[in-house]
Amino acid sequence: MKILVLIGNVPDTTTKIKFNADNTAIDASGVQWIINPWDELALTRAIELKEAHGAAIEKIVVANVGRSETEATLRKALAVGADEAIRIDADPLDALYVATQLAAVAADYDLILAGIENADYNGTAVGGMLAELLNRKSVSAVSGIDLEGDLLKISREIDGGAQQLSMSLPLLAVVQKGIAKEPRIPAMRGIMMARKKPLNVIAAADAEALTAFEYFELPPAKAACKMVEEDQAASLIRILHEEAKVL
Amino acid sequence: MNFDLSEEHQLIRETVREFAEREIKPVAQELDEKAEFSTTLTKRMGELGLFGMYLPEKYGGQGLDTLSYIIAVEELARIDGSQAATLAAHNSLGIGPLYYYGTEEQKLKYLPRLCSGEALWSFGLTEPGAGSDSRGSKTTAEIQDDEWVINGSKIFITNGASDINMGCTVQAVSGEKDGKKQFTTILVDGDTKGFKRVPMHNKMMWRASDTAELFFDDVRVPKANLLGEIGQGSKIMLATLDAGRLSIAAMGLGAAQGAYELALAYAKERKQFGQPISKFQINSFKLADMAMKIELARNLLYKACWLKDEGRPFGLESAMAKLYCSEIAKEVADEAVQLHGGYGLMKDYAVERFYRDQRLLQIGEGTSEIQRLVISRYIGC
Ligand SMILES: Cc1cc2nc3c(=O)[nH]c(=O)nc-3n(C[C@H](O)[C@H](O)[C@H](O)COP(=O)(O)OP(=O)(O)OC[C@H]3O[C@@H](n4cnc5c(N)ncnc54)[C@H](O)[C@@H]3O)c2cc1C
Repeated sequence: MKILVLIGNVPDTTTKIKFNADNTAIDASGVQWIINPWDELALTRAIELKEAHGAAIEKIVVANVGRSETEATLRKALAVGADEAIRIDADPLDALYVATQLAAVAADYDLILAGIENADYNGTAVGGMLAELLNRKSVSAVSGIDLEGDLLKISREIDGGAQQLSMSLPLLAVVQKGIAKEPRIPAMRGIMMARKKPLNVIAAADAEALTAFEYFELPPAKAACKMVEEDQAASLIRILHEEAKVL
Repeated sequence: MNFDLSEEHQLIRETVREFAEREIKPVAQELDEKAEFSTTLTKRMGELGLFGMYLPEKYGGQGLDTLSYIIAVEELARIDGSQAATLAAHNSLGIGPLYYYGTEEQKLKYLPRLCSGEALWSFGLTEPGAGSDSRGSKTTAEIQDDEWVINGSKIFITNGASDINMGCTVQAVSGEKDGKKQFTTILVDGDTKGFKRVPMHNKMMWRASDTAELFFDDVRVPKANLLGEIGQGSKIMLATLDAGRLSIAAMGLGAAQGAYELALAYAKERKQFGQPISKFQINSFKLADMAMKIELARNLLYKACWLKDEGRPFGLESAMAKLYCSEIAKEVADEAVQLHGGYGLMKDYAVERFYRDQRLLQIGEGTSEIQRLVISRYIGC
């Protein structure tokens, strides 16, 4: 079995996001890029499966649609334990565009793991679109995955409970938190080995973006904190009731 | 000239930072308060491959360069001086001399275990009567019946007495040549009869690092435990200290970086007179000075690492880096406490620990005075 893990390259979640002058793109200067957290968990789970099931899993490949700047992120995925990386050389214009690019390389893989969303634009669309383009069954909001013989045991968190599924391959699973406990910290040996693992760059397929960003907005600045003297309980209750409207 | 770190160096920094933030930071204060050495964290460092980073794989190392190792020490020191001390001492003082001067047999016997983090090795140079003046050593080693017999004691030996200490490289007087003491380094396994390892308690700083007193009472080890050659002790010691200085410098740089980040965050948050205290010029200028000193320290230290990795002489630069990084760590930690006001004196604030931990850096592996002596000799005074 071959596993493909989709890897988003996103700003570190603690980054203070700034936009360019006309608010149409993120200002990338000084931004620290990381593996999209959901994808990192998906990769961690894929590695755990490989460790537990040995020969049943032939290889784990990671793929990203991006320009050469994203190679550091792919290299990290290799250091953590992926066997190969693919970078499709294109700007990730929108979800359908990215899914179309990935569809060109993904068909060979028995199991495809996609993070439920990307921590940058939170579109939550690529996984589902890719399954559709590949004409393959998919399952979303997966929070647990295991291998039993030829079947995948899948758990999903649903409102008020959990759902257990048994599914055959090939499959695309859109995964969320819980799929693995914590992302792995690569060992120095992994970092050294990542140097020698293949990172294949593939030319983009012909495709068109169907959406364009008009402009971005930052959320309004948080209102200033209001201090209430310690003996003014009545005034605190009034503020909570009338201004904050939480009572 | 190119000041960019390679992608690999950057990944090493991110990785060690993640480890320090995730696994060391949550326990650092408690380990410090209890003065507890952590075998768990030491093992984790081994698993991540932080021991023997610059050694070839056949000895259990990772085949990385000096700069990679120095970045790792810097990143641990940014969070906790004690863990950085365990890492730096084991790599530079424990593993270093064995790797550079050991026979192939000695290397294969000791290094794989020492790189795994399962066991630690120490370097015993300092004695009660021999600190800055290492020639004052009184510990002796003589050959009797094809064995070395060692008598004497050592003090302040890092990683020397924890449960996972496996032994020590001991510097001893082995005779006299042309009226001068002749020094020899010998490997002593921890369980050798007559060898006593006693933890030293009540340190002000590096409280979660293991510091030991070692006693040698007619300790007998095979002749083959000689490290290098008879009479080569001074040379081994000097070379070990040259390299060791880089890691002390890395601890200074990391400590300064950590204290600066704490100070900057606090100064932006803390309000007095209706505004963040970072808005008062005297405070913002302090922070500006800190940032500048850290930048200078990093450039100097990385240059010294680069020289070493290029196989060029680096003794002068490593002494300068050790001196400068450790002194700015003191200045930065001091001002970082000042910016915290009264809270900076409370143990609940990490800056208090940084203030204490940095203080060793101007003393260990050659005091600031001795570094100036070394530098002044290099420049021909
Ligand atoms: C926590 C800790 C860990 C350590 N780990 C190790 C270890 O792993 N292995 C090891 O061998 N040692 C270790 N040491 C010992 C350390 O290297 C010595 O403490 C250091 O070299 C200074 O020696 P001393 O303490 O005897 O001070 P002294 O040499 O007595 O110095 C006292 C003062 O006199 C000054 N002074 C001395 N000579 C001169 C001079 N010629 N000119 C001007 N000023 C001078 C010094 O600079 C200093 O200010 C450690 C020490 C500590 C505290």
